[in-house]
Amino acid sequence: MNKKLWAAMFILGLLALLAGCSKKENTNEEQTTSPSSEMKPSATATPIDPATAASVSGTVTFGGAAPKAAKIDMSQDAACKGNNVAETIVANDGKLANVFVYVKDGLGDRTFDVPKDSVTIDQKGCRYHPHVLGVMTGQNIEIRNDDETTHNIHPTPKDNREWNESQPPKAAAIEKNFAREEIMLPVKCNQHPWMKMYVNVVKTPFYAVTGEDGKYEIKGLPPGDYTLAFVQEKLGEQTQKITLAAKDSKTVDQGFKP
Amino acid sequence: MALHKPQEPLLQPIAISYNRAHHRFAIFVAVVTFFLIIAGALVTSNDAGLSVPDWPTSFGSLYKIPHLVGGVKFEHTHRMIAQFVGFLSIILAVWTWRADPRRWMKYLGLTALGLVIAQGILGGITVLFYLPPAVSSAHAALAQTFFCVVVLIALFTGQNWVEEIPLVEIDRERPSLFALVLFSIVVLYVQLILGAMFRHHGLSWWPHVLNAATVAIVLTWTCVRALSRYSGLDGVRRPAITLLSLLIAQLCLGFVAFLTRVAWGHDAVQPELPMVVSTVAHVAVGALLLATTVVLAAQVWLRVPVVEERIPSRERKQVAA
Repeated sequence: MNKKLWAAMFILGLLALLAGCSKKENTNEEQTTSPSSEMKPSATATPIDPATAASVSGTVTFGGAAPKAAKIDMSQDAACKGNNVAETIVANDGKLANVFVYVKDGLGDRTFDVPKDSVTIDQKGCRYHPHVLGVMTGQNIEIRNDDETTHNIHPTPKDNREWNESQPPKAAAIEKNFAREEIMLPVKCNQHPWMKMYVNVVKTPFYAVTGEDGKYEIKGLPPGDYTLAFVQEKLGEQTQKITLAAKDSKTVDQGFKP
Repeated sequence: MALHKPQEPLLQPIAISYNRAHHRFAIFVAVVTFFLIIAGALVTSNDAGLSVPDWPTSFGSLYKIPHLVGGVKFEHTHRMIAQFVGFLSIILAVWTWRADPRRWMKYLGLTALGLVIAQGILGGITVLFYLPPAVSSAHAALAQTFFCVVVLIALFTGQNWVEEIPLVEIDRERPSLFALVLFSIVVLYVQLILGAMFRHHGLSWWPHVLNAATVAIVLTWTCVRALSRYSGLDGVRRPAITLLSLLIAQLCLGFVAFLTRVAWGHDAVQPELPMVVSTVAHVAVGALLLATTVVLAAQVWLRVPVVEERIPSRERKQVAA
């Protein structure tokens, strides 16, 4: 093969690579890029009559023996101290924590105001607090570093813009938001590979995350038929159809199995 | 098959002198490059590729060494060794250009420099675009390509290559040994890309595992042919034995890496030591395997020509009868 042909193949290869990169970049540009930009609802928020609002609450359980939490080795950074077990499945006395519960279907075309209050992700003890977070599209997320070491915050979304920023100790909070709905959006720190959390981005305010007691509560729902989804990072999603009448206060429990 | 002794019109190197310092420097660059490949493999296995989020700077600085903890320890060390290899490659290219009278060697030195520059740019792109599998895999494949080129420079500047009047055996079998070695390089390269795509989450594990069988068959065929027919040629026998040994080691390491990463480690909350050690060793031995195959190809090209007409070359002049 002559030299010109080799050179042409090399240049074509480089161009193909660059084309691949540009494609991903274009995808990114479709979404918000400014850290402080806020998404606004596309239509006026639909009012809900508080007099008829219903609520749903319950307990999420884990059937069978809870798996033993894996130990985390934090020895690679002396500044990382504290609880060193993984939070993949947190079940106490059969009650499952860190399950994201949300109204998956039934609200139709209703739109909702984006809350003005920020939600917070805190990095403390080289762990994320909370481990599972719910947030509305466009809602501000304040990310803090309370550790004496540098972290990098790196969401790896499927439908939102990916970013990766480092945050030294005592640095100012990083403010971000996500433009599109996405459930169990992973966030990780590449400096401390055990640090993982999940952000759940939804368009409605009707969501909750189960606590250590496995309990959740969603208030203020208008009467109607809904699909309630329960999502756990490892165990996946389960759904239930529910019907809420005006002022209903329904209990909906859900069980997960290993 | 009889060995040809240089009695009738045969081969002799052209008048180039062995440059020991140049040769040793090329070996040094190859060794440092091998460590660079290990450092790169450590970055991937420790999931530390994005621990330094910016490029070409590291945390905003071109020269300051950050606190080397966590993933930064792997990523920034990789960058520092890469810078060193880049610097060495400039010296190697300039030195080769000035000291080596063979024109194609001058271009080989420049090729090495071009590859290391492209490799640096690919490394930067993969950081800035959050490790796209295609770019990260290209970065992994180009690393071993660069390593092979530097190993070839070390081989071609060696005393044996420069001064020896090689014993030659004509290869009349089909497929020829040279064709087999080239085929080995192709299947190894495919294997390298499949492995890199798997490591960088662009592909499942099974294409890499399936192709391992092809690699094992083709390389064994090549080595058996080389050792059964040309064991009298040191330049062929040695790399063939090395290749066979590395192949066995690599297959074992691949099995262990599969266990630690795919079978046992898929739910791991962080990169675990057995996975890191086995996968990094698998990458390192893979690089040695490819480089040894390339060396074997060069030696077979020199010592086991396929047709007699190809024997005379620019590099050699015929010995007077």
